[in-house]
Amino acid sequence: MPMSYYLILSAAMFAIGVLGVILRRNPLVVFMSLELMFNAANLVFVAFSAYHQILDGDLFVFFVMTTAAAEVAVGLALMVAIFRAKRTIDLDEMSMLKG
Amino acid sequence: MNLSDFILTLPIITLLVWALLLLVVDLWVPKGRKGIVAALAALGLAVTMGVTLSQSGGSGLAFQNMIIVDGFAVYLNVLYLVSGLVVVALSHDYLKRMNLERGEFYPLMFFSIAGMMLVTQAYNLIMVFLALEFLSIPLYVLAGLARERPESEESSLKYFLLGTFSSAFVLYGIALIFGATATTSLALIIERVGQGALNLPLFIAGAALMLVGFAFKLAAVPFHEWAPDVYQGAPTPVSSFMAVAVKAAGVAVLLRVFLTAFPSLAAEMAPLGWGIAALTMLIGNLLAIAQTNLKRLLAYSSISHGGYLLMAFVAYGNPQVAGQAVAAMLFYLLAYTLTTFGAWAVVISVEQNDYQGLELDDYAGLGLKYPWLGVAMLVFMLSLTGIPLTMGFWGKLFLFRATVDAGYVELALIGLLSSLISAYYYLRVVVMMFMRSGEPRIRRDGWLSLVAVGSALAVVGLSLLPNQILQMAAQAILSLQ
Repeated sequence: MPMSYYLILSAAMFAIGVLGVILRRNPLVVFMSLELMFNAANLVFVAFSAYHQILDGDLFVFFVMTTAAAEVAVGLALMVAIFRAKRTIDLDEMSMLKG
Repeated sequence: MNLSDFILTLPIITLLVWALLLLVVDLWVPKGRKGIVAALAALGLAVTMGVTLSQSGGSGLAFQNMIIVDGFAVYLNVLYLVSGLVVVALSHDYLKRMNLERGEFYPLMFFSIAGMMLVTQAYNLIMVFLALEFLSIPLYVLAGLARERPESEESSLKYFLLGTFSSAFVLYGIALIFGATATTSLALIIERVGQGALNLPLFIAGAALMLVGFAFKLAAVPFHEWAPDVYQGAPTPVSSFMAVAVKAAGVAVLLRVFLTAFPSLAAEMAPLGWGIAALTMLIGNLLAIAQTNLKRLLAYSSISHGGYLLMAFVAYGNPQVAGQAVAAMLFYLLAYTLTTFGAWAVVISVEQNDYQGLELDDYAGLGLKYPWLGVAMLVFMLSLTGIPLTMGFWGKLFLFRATVDAGYVELALIGLLSSLISAYYYLRVVVMMFMRSGEPRIRRDGWLSLVAVGSALAVVGLSLLPNQILQMAAQAILSLQ
């Protein structure tokens, strides 16, 4: 398959992720959209790794997945803490800080 | 991997090992004697600073060109470590009275500082991404440290979601650059650009996405919305840490990546940087006028100062002035660090145990009742505005001069105009302190007073020898290009 297919797919994934972050109000869905953005980048790495016939991109993907896992740990812990205190995690309810 | 790799990265290794030891030692320190942990944390930062200073003047590459050590990195690493020391002084009493003395506070700060040092020394885009995450993830936890307070949790969640959002932009940009050049090493990228062996549209798109990601981290307009909320909700010493050290790291990585790998894109990137810098200066200062909460006011102030720092980025593509601009930026960062930490120290002194005392009205009469604190705050406000006889004045002067030399006279004028706007809200704090009567209450703590008075003396004292400091900054970056 030509390279452009992978690029278009990953650009679409990235765009869906960006829209999800901006439009959705549930932090879990926002978080999934963020993961989609990370994985769009991973797809670019893997595709170009195969195209250039080098392993750097494949390796990079492992680092990205590890970092994403660390972020999940922090993010989910945060959401659990917030749910315990407020019984909701809706982003529209997050409006104590403004000015 | 050989011994020299470990010697070159010794400051980071020292800091990380110390952080892990601190995490364990804290278990044996009984509650009520946590001052020991703070003292050990300060000692660790001081030791790391000693190791870092022993590297000054030298340079080298470590771990297969993943990490670089040069004057630029040493200068900024010292700045991060000084920030860490100041934050220890600011937070010791604060954590005790807010009942936040958790063992993980200092280790998390250490991890974040290690991330900043790595991001400044990164010589490969993989390192750039990993170090950015390494510096951010502990900060998400630190922002939510006061987890009994919904404000702190809200601040943490907002920071987390937007921080990750910006990391995704940086990552996608890196992916495109990898696609365009078939490498992630900064040295090889510039080589491929020289040979013309790259896909230019992908390369430009990647660099632009990275710029957007870094602008998020820097809270530059139009990506600034999160900063005031996050600074307001986070524990105040953490806010001061984010306002100073994280901003410095953001500018550092921006300049490192763009100066080393993308000088060829200056024609495309400079107008983008121009727009972001001008908007950040103007909008940051305009929005600050409406603030009555000191933490939010300082947050908008730090946004606008990010705009001034970005002026150095605008000049990066002009090789004759790039060095001068970066030296001016390093000088400005020093001035900004001293001034901002001092101002936050005053805010922490006035903040009450129930998180009240942050409104502008709470400062009424402060200068009359506590002249030392009032005069110190006066110095900080003048320095942030850029009035002569302070470091802030020389910082702005050098930055504006470099910007004019680079041929961006309009940008320097916009900077001047926005400084005039900023005078309004900075001086309003001064008027409140000295010309209104009130019953201000402050928290008396020796370390807080030391930071406030010490920074004020440094801001005035160092302004008497601006050229020597600028020389030092210029020496530091000789090897950058």
